[in-house]
Amino acid sequence: MNPLDMFRPKPVAPPPEIEQAALRSDRFRLARETDWKRLEAILLRMEKGRLRKVPDEDLLELPALYRTAASSLAIARETSLDAATLAYLESLVQRAWFQVYGPRSSLIDWLRRFFGGGWSASVRDIWLEICIALAVMVAGTAVGWLLAAQDKKWYFALVPTDFADSRVPGASRAVLQKSLAGVDKVEGLSFFSAFLFSNNAKVSILAFALGFAFGIPSLMLLLQNMATLGAMLWLFSGVGLTIDFAAWLSIHGTTEIFAVLLAGAAGLHVGRSMAFPGNRPVLEAMAESGRRAAQVMAGVVLMLVCAAVLESFGRQLIVATPARFAVGGSMLAFWLLYFFAFRRRSTGGQL
Amino acid sequence: MRAGALDRRANRRQRVLVTPEGLALPISVASRSARTVALILDLAIMITIQVLVSVLLFLLAVKVVGLNEKSPATEFLLVVWVIAMFLFRYGYFLFFELGPRGATPGKRAAGIRIAARDGGRLSVDAVIARNLLRDIEVFLPLGYMASLGSFGPTDWLAFAWLLLFVLFPFFNRDALRAGDLIAGTWVVEMPRRRLEQAMSLGEAARGHSAATGAEYRFGDAELSVYGEYELQTLERVLRENNPEALVAVAQAICAKIGWSAGSGDERAFLEAFYAQLRARLERDMRFGKRKADKHS
Repeated sequence: MNPLDMFRPKPVAPPPEIEQAALRSDRFRLARETDWKRLEAILLRMEKGRLRKVPDEDLLELPALYRTAASSLAIARETSLDAATLAYLESLVQRAWFQVYGPRSSLIDWLRRFFGGGWSASVRDIWLEICIALAVMVAGTAVGWLLAAQDKKWYFALVPTDFADSRVPGASRAVLQKSLAGVDKVEGLSFFSAFLFSNNAKVSILAFALGFAFGIPSLMLLLQNMATLGAMLWLFSGVGLTIDFAAWLSIHGTTEIFAVLLAGAAGLHVGRSMAFPGNRPVLEAMAESGRRAAQVMAGVVLMLVCAAVLESFGRQLIVATPARFAVGGSMLAFWLLYFFAFRRRSTGGQL
Repeated sequence: MRAGALDRRANRRQRVLVTPEGLALPISVASRSARTVALILDLAIMITIQVLVSVLLFLLAVKVVGLNEKSPATEFLLVVWVIAMFLFRYGYFLFFELGPRGATPGKRAAGIRIAARDGGRLSVDAVIARNLLRDIEVFLPLGYMASLGSFGPTDWLAFAWLLLFVLFPFFNRDALRAGDLIAGTWVVEMPRRRLEQAMSLGEAARGHSAATGAEYRFGDAELSVYGEYELQTLERVLRENNPEALVAVAQAICAKIGWSAGSGDERAFLEAFYAQLRARLERDMRFGKRKADKHS
């Protein structure tokens, strides 16, 4: 015997002669057994992830074999009392059902649909939450500014500063201006961008996940982050650097803050469908909004990759204020156009 | 009784799932303990991979690059490390659950997988959605647990709030966690059964004992004693083929129907009784008459 034989799939053993069985339900079973075993062998290979090793004709036959097994089960339930065979058929049909209705859209397919309209449609679907989140963020910035203007202690409470940070109240204009400048070297920037991405993505996933509690924690997280921004804005405008600070921020901020806005809005969307499911059952409403929010979130992670590259390389290497505005502004225009102007007829009549 | 309690528990997890073809499939919601085991296994695998990759990259940095902070190669390794850690944390569950098995290695070991709650197709979006919430259900509480000693009052409050998410599966019938809820998925058992031998193949099934030459024929009165439940119990006994159990069951049946089978030929007797009882019950079944057990 060839020792390699044990690794080959075993050929399906032929069932005993049908006439041998005394019971009618056993004869029914013996007549169909070969098909069931064939289906089982295909399923086994698919479950092992060796899709490429499954011959095309088997794949084509899978739906037919699945229906055969399903109808065998339906008949056997009415005619057979063989508990072991019924249990086998139930597990077989269930496994086949998982494969026939499994997540079969390949990653490429999914990406094509995602970029070709799925993502922007999902973003448009949550426009109401985007407006709410935007209002909260603007309010957060204003609150941060006002608090810091009122009492310097608030600045330290809102902006996490370390000892080496020169950006503190009372710092001179020159010092602050220097903190906005870039660096000439590329060294260290790619690490910086990877770190930024990982950190920002974690924060925005958190902002989304917190939406589960009716969206309130998402909003609080947005409020807090924007208050930090507001406080810093106050600091820089105090020495007349508002425009420079805005440019410094805009180069990546238009992408990053937009992404955070979308993450918060997606969380809010899930929270809102929990609190106000409309005339659908609450579980159904949540599942629908959750899937939509998942699309938005997949996009948010991609936006944060862009933002991290812009923040680390773009901001450090592009130092002129007009150039920074140009990059930041065109990114914002790109996102807005992509989300709200780019519509495909294929996404259907939904708004 | 212990076994009875277990049975009832298993029954409570039984659901019926209707496929798009309209076929009702029985399905068992995965038990919470199986899911906990799966999660612990997955976290262990994940952390092991993360540590291994970290050590490997560190060794690479020390041996090959020489740990020069300024060198671009070190920086590249750092970038690889940050991205890899991110991908392991968020991609591990996603990658495996999108595969043909719909289960991470931990889930597979526990014999469970994810499925769409409505019986339809499991979509990519649903898998993403259910795994995004893992952040507040698993990673954040774990992070808090790591610093349990230095908790202030607000930390305790936040931790208690997070525990609501962690314990969410214990507060609903289907053991859904928050992620399942917003994705429209659930975690179900993945049974795998072998096709057993057909029962009525031998001589004995026709009432003829090959060993003693005896003929077993049962009349209507004798066969009407038992129902489907007893038939399937008998099937299990015959499949297990434990000699002592065979003798005990044969004696019980003989006592009930007033027969005396020769000792040593219990299996043939039981096979004959099984085949004839099943033939009778299945015939009645075809006429729409069912007898659940001996009491009905």
